[in-house]
Amino acid sequence: MHLMYFTEQPMKDYPAEAGLEIGFTSLLMSNKHFNPAVASRLYNEFLENYVYAEEMGVDGIMLNEHHNAPFCMQAKANVFASLLAGMTKRVKIVLLGNPLPLSDNPVRLAEELAMIDMISKGRLVSGFVRGGGQEQLATNANPAYNRERFQEAHDLIVKTWTVPGPFRWEGKHYHQRVVNPWALPLQQPHPRIWIPGVISHETIVWAAKQGYPYIALNTSIEDTKKIWARYDAAAAEVGYTPGPENRGYLIRCHVAETEEKALESARQFLWMDGEFTGRLKPVWASPSGYFSPSSRESFVQFVAGTSASPSRPRKTFEQQVADLQIVAGTPGQVVASLRKIMRETRPGIMAFWGNDGRMSQPDARTSIRLLGQEVMPALRETAKELDLKSPFEADMPVSRAWAEAHRSEAAE
Amino acid sequence: MATIEWKSGVVSAGGTALHVIRGGHGSPVVILHRDIGTLNRLPFYDLLAQRHEVLIPHHPGYGESPRPDWAANVRDIAVIYRALLAELELPEAPIVGLGFGGWIAAEMATFTPAATTPLVLVGAMGLKPPSGEIMDQALVSYIEYVRAGFHDPKGFDGNYGNSPSTAQLVQWDLCREMSFRVAWKPYMYNDSLPHLLRGVRTRTLVAWGDDDRIVPRSVADLYAARLPNATSATIAAAGHLVEMDQPEQLARLISSFIAAT
Repeated sequence: MHLMYFTEQPMKDYPAEAGLEIGFTSLLMSNKHFNPAVASRLYNEFLENYVYAEEMGVDGIMLNEHHNAPFCMQAKANVFASLLAGMTKRVKIVLLGNPLPLSDNPVRLAEELAMIDMISKGRLVSGFVRGGGQEQLATNANPAYNRERFQEAHDLIVKTWTVPGPFRWEGKHYHQRVVNPWALPLQQPHPRIWIPGVISHETIVWAAKQGYPYIALNTSIEDTKKIWARYDAAAAEVGYTPGPENRGYLIRCHVAETEEKALESARQFLWMDGEFTGRLKPVWASPSGYFSPSSRESFVQFVAGTSASPSRPRKTFEQQVADLQIVAGTPGQVVASLRKIMRETRPGIMAFWGNDGRMSQPDARTSIRLLGQEVMPALRETAKELDLKSPFEADMPVSRAWAEAHRSEAAE
Repeated sequence: MATIEWKSGVVSAGGTALHVIRGGHGSPVVILHRDIGTLNRLPFYDLLAQRHEVLIPHHPGYGESPRPDWAANVRDIAVIYRALLAELELPEAPIVGLGFGGWIAAEMATFTPAATTPLVLVGAMGLKPPSGEIMDQALVSYIEYVRAGFHDPKGFDGNYGNSPSTAQLVQWDLCREMSFRVAWKPYMYNDSLPHLLRGVRTRTLVAWGDDDRIVPRSVADLYAARLPNATSATIAAAGHLVEMDQPEQLARLISSFIAAT
């Protein structure tokens, strides 16, 4: 079992009333409300907390990035990954992940990731994402080519890592005269690639066919099971049976000394009206061409602003606690709830979204300490009982393509 | 007014299938629709069809015309349309381009600079506005975007109903996706077009609604300045969607412009 700590890095001191007045807290909310002095303090607190999480015993630090919004201060996951490569000693640095379609130069990404892997002495896990709908608008990446760019950038990065240069790349979206970076990953054949997501059918199937672990982002137990059913079916098509090492799960999880205190702080998970990405206009979340053509008909009323999201129904805090989409309590209570999730969905990777919103720095650190020192040791025991192995413990190949190539090499 | 019998069919233009609506009698006129696609029937079409044979192709990737996945820019669409006109044996047909369709029509005109047949641009996109900005539909919902095109707010309900159907929203989404594929960056213009227009001898009517909130007036002025044989006209009490705000005025203006040739 691989156990990670995660935070969205919330810009908690932004003026909420300004967002309420205009009706959104992303993309077009003016950055005149961004306070660099406060943000400087917060960035340094986040860094201290990551280092503290390592001291408290977590296996990995999960990082991500978003743009133009106070809900997430990380505009470039590779910046924090670079810092942690030098500041930490043991934890895996798990990027979930770099939004590939936003990049106009994937070779540059491959270089940066290789540097992070070498500086961290081989501790990088390099997840890739398509980026949210509004990220396409914030960075002017064409949403109509989002999936094509994701796949082509992925192919180019893996080739850059595994095929000796120089070579030339003439794709549809990327063109490189010379691919030959003098920076290659320490891990061979390349760092592990994990794919986080919610319930996008195409991405689940793609990850399964590549043999990449899929990290379900705070889905309900029922939806998580649907994701694994899709993943397993796609894996069967290409001839393998996935195990817990193929399955990851992110859960909002806050731990405190008392249940009352934990529940009070955990309400901050809904600080932006319960929307992970803040309040936004639906059309920003779903620019045309970004979603699969198969979901066009079920999405257009939502995009037009005339119906609720078909994929993410709104739930109250109490409902989310009851459905185990938010876990909060004393270490003992949290362990009991998480064991239920582990038994039901059998993940080999778990990420704990420990703090969010306006939680105080002392509360964030208490949660990290209790997670690392009390919750995680108990979960490791449970993982042994349930035989939930991480990709590292299972010595899982980095990809199906690599496993196949390796097998045919061995046969020769 | 005589009732027009409209027919539709599929025409292959150099391998690209195009859905074409036809109706009316008289000299042919080709109408290139907007980035939001087109309703199959409009009073404006009926009015024009009293005097002309009107042809309304659905752009490749819009409405009922399938998407050519390879098409990467508006000039590709313009080339497909040149092939369509050749296929229909109407290479000299006057073209009326509405908004985004005006951009396509302007690109087509640059391929045949000696053509003498008239061209009508109505609130045409395609040029970077010297002042102001072309409204970015990516930031607003389908409904907000179309509503912003009307001078008369009642025009939206009259044409699309108070609460557009899911089928209509799907159409707008398809159109928007194709517009993003060909006109995402730079958004809705081609930097070389103002230079290429200087060589176009085609007699052109540059028509604009006086309340166009989608494409700034400065674009009309630039078209008129760059096209050597351009005439300008302003339609009162019309937004970007001139053909829906003022169908009679626009049809009359176009017919007399074509007749004067």
